[in-house]
Amino acid sequence: MRKQKFQGTKINPKRFHKSQIRYILIIMPIALFMLLPLVYIFNHAFKPLEELFYYPPRFFVEQPTLGNFVSLFQVTGSSGIPMSRYLFNSIIVTGLVLFASVLISTMAGYALSKLNFKMKKTINEINTIALMFVGIAVMIPRYLIIEKLGLIDNFFVHVLPYLAVPVGLFLVKQFIDQIPNELIDASRIDGATEWQIYHKIILPLIKPAIATIVILSFQTVWNSADTSTTYINNDVLKTFAFYMNTLTANSNGVAGQGMAAAASLIMFLPNLIIFILMQSKVMDTMAHSGIK
Amino acid sequence: MILLNSLLYRLKAKKSRGLKDQHTIAYLFVSPYLIMFSIFIVIPVIAAIYLSFTYFDTVRAPILIGFGNYINILTNDDVFMQYVIPNTLKYAIIVGPGGYILSFLLAWMLAQLAPRIRTVLALIIYSPSLTSGVTMGVLWRVIFAGDNTGYLNSVLLNLGIIVEPIIWLQSQDFLLTIMIVVTLWSSMGVGFLAMLAGILNVNQELYEAGYIDGIKNKFQEMIYITIPSIKPQMLFGAVMAIVGTFSASGIGVALSGSNPTPQYAGQLIVNHIEYYGFYKYEMGYAAALSVILLLIVYLFSRFAFKLFGSKDE
Repeated sequence: MRKQKFQGTKINPKRFHKSQIRYILIIMPIALFMLLPLVYIFNHAFKPLEELFYYPPRFFVEQPTLGNFVSLFQVTGSSGIPMSRYLFNSIIVTGLVLFASVLISTMAGYALSKLNFKMKKTINEINTIALMFVGIAVMIPRYLIIEKLGLIDNFFVHVLPYLAVPVGLFLVKQFIDQIPNELIDASRIDGATEWQIYHKIILPLIKPAIATIVILSFQTVWNSADTSTTYINNDVLKTFAFYMNTLTANSNGVAGQGMAAAASLIMFLPNLIIFILMQSKVMDTMAHSGIK
Repeated sequence: MILLNSLLYRLKAKKSRGLKDQHTIAYLFVSPYLIMFSIFIVIPVIAAIYLSFTYFDTVRAPILIGFGNYINILTNDDVFMQYVIPNTLKYAIIVGPGGYILSFLLAWMLAQLAPRIRTVLALIIYSPSLTSGVTMGVLWRVIFAGDNTGYLNSVLLNLGIIVEPIIWLQSQDFLLTIMIVVTLWSSMGVGFLAMLAGILNVNQELYEAGYIDGIKNKFQEMIYITIPSIKPQMLFGAVMAIVGTFSASGIGVALSGSNPTPQYAGQLIVNHIEYYGFYKYEMGYAAALSVILLLIVYLFSRFAFKLFGSKDE
């Protein structure tokens, strides 16, 4: 009998086939390991006090309660500032960063992809090198510069350092590269200004890339406690992530654990929800993410 | 924004659409990014390089001392040589290349699955990278708690594997391993998504052609078709893996709650920089360590570029 030629299961199959089971069997345990801590946080956050004290500890909550969330909102920090103040700060900071970083990186991305100017190639190359930039490596000079600029204890120190994200610009630029030049040339002939082209043509076409920067920036800013710890002394200007940090750092008592878990859940859920809502757009952007 | 709009409009109205005009507009478009990029990325790097050649205690002005800091790091810093370098290397090699290979294999296996189950599994695998240091702190500190209420201790005690609870996070033997596990857990991030998207977009005809040319199994298919087709994504993923590895490397202090970590068990170069900068105020010395770290990251990345970059560069 003639041996049949090898036919793979095909990448990106449209529907389920039993040959896929072996991959599922390998991925499942890993996925379970990834999921376990998150399931744990979720259960822990809804545990009433007596369940937190159970020995041996139980993984799943038996009588879920919102008690931890209630006490989290009632508690005020040692400085007498209510939690809502921190939450408010975080929302404002995150909103500002998202708006400004989308504006800044899409504008730069448009110019670096579609406009001609002398520094274009150099800037693109520098930005590719900057993808390798590890922020915490230069925490000390960064601190000195922020101090020199008088940004210590200034609300904008939460915003400004997060506006230039090389990865964000890189993804946006790659995405704009896919847009045909003819489209832009046609609009120029029709008399559109560069700003109109950017605003009316480019922005609507690169929504997936915008969604991606939104997610990346959101993750960094919303989760960042470092800015408050390092650059802010005035408690009124600190953020929610910082507050969560102090809670969890002092949560050696079992009762504190429930609150800390509730706080972690509040920190984590917005990230997850935004990602689920935008995941198809992110995948669309990532398809163009390659460094050539 | 309105201001910028009108400014651009005036610019356009004044001159006819010459090349010079487009230059000016282009610079206006890039300048906000360039300014932020310079202040918070370029200048700190330059400042780090400059400070690394000085003695600077933040009170008096920096004094140039040539290569003094570097010589001290290499000859006098016992902690650096005995703990920081071996720890950093062990951590970086397992989390960097190890995590990278793992995320590629996961992405590759996910690409073999039907859309719905793939999306769910990809979401689960990606979700830990959405957590922050804050979330991880609580989470892992309870799981690895040192008394018998800790989940891991409780499970191991019940199974009879250990007889008394282990103080995981203060332990010289376990801290680094725990750091590696935790970082790997949260390392399936942007690079993982990029590779998954890349694999899903490989032209199906390439595979058909491959079968005709005599590809015999899935492994050959991966090596000869998939990987060469997604080289750019592989490179992006590699750079993200390297950067992610070093950016997350402060985790030891977050887990153990102290800098330096107990018996330097989880002391990595990032913690060493922080310790010298913010605890001992030896800014010049810390800056020299920063430069060394940036060089390490750069060398790792160059290697990735060699491996996956296009040849014409």
